[in-house]
Amino acid sequence: MTFELFIFYLLASIAVISGVMMISVNNAVKATMWLVLAFIATAGVWIMAQAEFLGLVLILVYVGAVMVLFLFVVMMVDINISAMKEGFTQYLPIGAMAAIAIFAMMYMVLGTEHFGLEVTGVPAGLPEGINNTKSIAIPLYTTHAYAFVLAAVLLLLGIVAAIALTLRRRPTGEVLYQDIDKQVQTLAEDRFRMVKMDSVVEKQVPVKDEGEK
Amino acid sequence: MFDALQAFLSTYLFDWLAILITLVIQAVVVVLPMMLVVAWLTYAERKVIGYMQVRMGPNRVGPIGLLQPIADALKLMTKEVIFPDQANKFLFIIAPVLALAPAVVAWAVIPFGDGLVVSDVNAGVLFVLAASSIVVFGVIIAGWASNSKYAFLGAMRGAAQKISYEIAMGFALVTVLMIAGTMNLTEIVNGQKGGIYHWYLLPLLPMFFVYFIAGLAETNRTPFDVVEGEAEIVAGFHVDYSGMTFGVFMLAEYLMMILISFMTAIMFLGGWLSPFEGIPYLEAAFAWVPQLGWLAFKVSFLLFVFLWLRATFPRYRYDQLMRLGWKVLIPVTIVWVFVVGAMKYFDFGPWFN
Repeated sequence: MTFELFIFYLLASIAVISGVMMISVNNAVKATMWLVLAFIATAGVWIMAQAEFLGLVLILVYVGAVMVLFLFVVMMVDINISAMKEGFTQYLPIGAMAAIAIFAMMYMVLGTEHFGLEVTGVPAGLPEGINNTKSIAIPLYTTHAYAFVLAAVLLLLGIVAAIALTLRRRPTGEVLYQDIDKQVQTLAEDRFRMVKMDSVVEKQVPVKDEGEK
Repeated sequence: MFDALQAFLSTYLFDWLAILITLVIQAVVVVLPMMLVVAWLTYAERKVIGYMQVRMGPNRVGPIGLLQPIADALKLMTKEVIFPDQANKFLFIIAPVLALAPAVVAWAVIPFGDGLVVSDVNAGVLFVLAASSIVVFGVIIAGWASNSKYAFLGAMRGAAQKISYEIAMGFALVTVLMIAGTMNLTEIVNGQKGGIYHWYLLPLLPMFFVYFIAGLAETNRTPFDVVEGEAEIVAGFHVDYSGMTFGVFMLAEYLMMILISFMTAIMFLGGWLSPFEGIPYLEAAFAWVPQLGWLAFKVSFLLFVFLWLRATFPRYRYDQLMRLGWKVLIPVTIVWVFVVGAMKYFDFGPWFN
């Protein structure tokens, strides 16, 4: 067994185990962490397949941004675990059947007779000087430029829609809004007034006798 | 050097074992000096801030307090680790590890000199960005697992802050990649050869400040340390941590500080290149300084700025912090991406020919 093969099996088994753990643990936060581990292991496998750009972007986008937002939501949800467990045995046969059906369909499409190295042929290694990032970027910005821009616009639309749905402007009488630009531009003169006063000698206060005995 | 070691080992052992041992030795060679730098960075921080506030700083342990970090480390290691009663034990222990591991991993691709790097990967910049984006999990999980309101508030703040500033950071890196035309850190430094005017500092001056400010926010340093704002939320996410579990969080924070300084030096300040390149007399006079010396000098200066800012600025209010991230830094970076694109298109300056 070569070192690369050892690393591949290590990462692959981590990915599979964490995938299974992710759907089987009850605690939602723990499930999210298992999903993070699955993402990282998968990214490792991609990097081993010389797709270092995709692997690192998977970590950057999914682990670094999407999963953090996931955690953000999941941490604040108060889930009753015993209620979640209810009806597990009742739905188990249906769930198992669905799982087996999906697995069978995937096997029919991605099975060894359709997807092995014998069918697709051994992929040619990248020539020297052309890296993975460049070979993704060139078709993305030339042949598929319109599709790429369209996808970006679609994402923007999603952001705008989400904000428009949740934005709720309340009247200024009801809530106190802070105008930060105004606050930042405040100068010392606006808040602080120097007053010139003549010095005044205080009236002498007689020292009280503390009553020496 | 390590190839020779690996070849030597593989004559006696299995090939994979030889590779594994070599990798472990490489990791130790990089990580161990970094841990020592972290130790004396804490000392430097206390000394620098001390002098800025007209006091002495630590001066009891060893000559002028030089052994203070060792005393601190021993203290942290011998203290009892307390687990809160209602805490989620597993996640409570895993959180410091989640904070430290990515901060250590990123050092795999940082070059310390021309060719002096553990792994010279093509997508080095992305690797560092990806690693530093995982560090936030330590903060979030620590805050949640502690089962305390203060820790939880700190975690929430940390998550929102990290995500906001990561965008600005990513855009700042994009402009560097546009100029350099590569994501390999060694090639980025070599692209800045030819004197101080060829450094990316000048064409990317706004990006330099954006990157450094975003770096401050990423490492939760003042003025962005709302995550642990001791005045409002006691100590934020690590309020329930004691002993070495707390120490590991500190280690991760300081490692990230050094990492951000290294990245800033490599991408904007010419890495290990001499600032006197191309200047007569001065170039020859400073020819004896090794590559690592220049890099260490630049990194030390940036680290000093970290400490300087801590002694100078008060903490940002949370909404002002969000405003700075979303309404100032991100628009500036987006505009500068277009400016750099135009500069590249019109072959402007010494950087784009």
